[in-house]
Amino acid sequence: MLSPQAIEKIDYELTKYPADQRLAAVMSALRIVQTERGWLSKESITDVAQYLRIPEIAALEVAGFYNMYDLSPVGQYKITVCTNISCMLRDSDEIVDHLKAKLGVGFNEVTADGKFCLKEGECMGACGGAPLMTVNNHTMHEFLTPEKVDAILEALK
Amino acid sequence: MTTPISTPTSTPMNSYEAGKPIMTDLNGQTLLCLRTLTEENPASLETYIKLGGYSALKRIVSENTKATDIITQVKNSGLRGRGGAGFPTGLKWSFMPRYFDGIKYLVCNSDEGEPGTFKDRDIIRYNPHQLIEGMAIAAYTLGARVGYNYIHGEIWQDYDIFEAALHEAKAAGYLGENLFGTNFCFDLYAVHGYGAYICGEETALIESIEGKKGQPRFKPPFPASYGVFGKPTNVNNTESYASIPWIMHHGGEAFAALGVPNSGGTKLFSVSGHVGKPGNYEVKMGTPFTELLEMAGGVWKGRKLKAVIPGGPSTPVMPASAIMGATMDYEGLSKARSSLGAGSMIVMDETTCMVKALHRLSYFFYEESCGQCTPCREGTGWVYRVMTRIVNGKGKMEDLDLLTDVSNNIAGRTICALGEAAATPVLSFIKHFRPEFEYYIQHGKSMVESQMDAVVDGKAEPK
Repeated sequence: MLSPQAIEKIDYELTKYPADQRLAAVMSALRIVQTERGWLSKESITDVAQYLRIPEIAALEVAGFYNMYDLSPVGQYKITVCTNISCMLRDSDEIVDHLKAKLGVGFNEVTADGKFCLKEGECMGACGGAPLMTVNNHTMHEFLTPEKVDAILEALK
Repeated sequence: MTTPISTPTSTPMNSYEAGKPIMTDLNGQTLLCLRTLTEENPASLETYIKLGGYSALKRIVSENTKATDIITQVKNSGLRGRGGAGFPTGLKWSFMPRYFDGIKYLVCNSDEGEPGTFKDRDIIRYNPHQLIEGMAIAAYTLGARVGYNYIHGEIWQDYDIFEAALHEAKAAGYLGENLFGTNFCFDLYAVHGYGAYICGEETALIESIEGKKGQPRFKPPFPASYGVFGKPTNVNNTESYASIPWIMHHGGEAFAALGVPNSGGTKLFSVSGHVGKPGNYEVKMGTPFTELLEMAGGVWKGRKLKAVIPGGPSTPVMPASAIMGATMDYEGLSKARSSLGAGSMIVMDETTCMVKALHRLSYFFYEESCGQCTPCREGTGWVYRVMTRIVNGKGKMEDLDLLTDVSNNIAGRTICALGEAAATPVLSFIKHFRPEFEYYIQHGKSMVESQMDAVVDGKAEPK
């Protein structure tokens, strides 16, 4: 069951499309539900599909195609570090190594306390601020240094 | 001489974290798409109105300007698609069917995911109303009733800024029903991607707007006849739309005169990598590369320039010697055997290992191939595995021919241009930096890094 808050947000997204094109809202509906629940379980996919009156497979294939959707748990904070060329040239490897050492996890792993998950990201379209990372998809931190990463992690604790 | 890598100390110009985005030192720039940057609150409606914003839209709609006159102005401006392909915008607009029984759509492609590209982001977060005005003028011209701006999912804070600007514009009467007391109606919405490079391809983007996987469609039919929800749709890049209000104010000729023949106007260049001040720089088309590099703070740490990818990885890499004399415009870069692309300049200094750089790019294309066409789906994986083998010291000399062969068998054999995009870095890196690849294969380690180690070791020796 979707929460009333999620339904309100999805209804707003539906106003952007013709009434007979409810499938179009699936990108935002999945994003809204993931933001609320942390990740997209089978049940979440079903909830979204039922609300939009679309086949479950239509919601699932979208969730599986776009890499900001998570089909397995990512802890309380998902940290995605870009390692693509512009970030690489500004030493994103140092940031990745620092995060791995600090959190004690590798890519796609969740810390034992369920707090953090580390992911490798593709180009985020903000290369002037390299190296950079996002927290839970929607908050971007740029011009990272190991010290800055420490401060960000500290604030999330 | 190389120096050890240290923490960057530069202060880029346009960023959230560098403080106020106000630009007191234009530093040789010509701000047109980013003209609000000189103001205190660049993204606000108030700022945009103060600078004459929305007056072109109001005049055009109120005076019932003929669509053909507007298209003529856009053609005269020499504006070419800023998303990378460089197709003349005015010509594209003339492909939209004039009479159609039903809704026509307007789409803005703000799905910047090509590594090194981040210009549209600054238009969205610093000058969203100019983009909205440009889209509204396009909608009036092409008879589009509904528009979507599809924004890259990773720049979420900027998506929020754009949505807020849309609400502001609607409340002020610049979007919605019966604008300026006429029968012109235009609804514009923000929609988002969620992590898929391929959605920057216009038909994949359209599929994504419809709520599907971003897999490109066969063309033809082109979006002008079969686009969003199967209806006629015009797709342009963010920077293209944002240029329109200025063209309508000053005329197509004035815009063309800012640039050079066949490359009208200004262009936003996203400069990233090994420069002192990474960021966006808006300059006149035809600006010499050396001037642009200087604006961006030059090569950082006093090092020497090794190579530049001038327009994102889907444009061929250029050794320093090839780009130093080039001008930044469509013909200038094609004469120098590369391409302007989206103006995404990735600058690499002498410490860059080109083998490792290509290894990372090959992973990107492998990861982002949508999987629809076999040559791309299989070929990008093949290239990535061979590159991994080389980087792990297990490469064979024949691998260089294999990489070239596989890449040539991807390019031109796919539905969309991602195939060419994936092949270009492989072919151009090996072409220009073959000795580095050969060294890596022969010695099982990076030539550049070996040289750097030798320098550091040399210094460490007691005199």
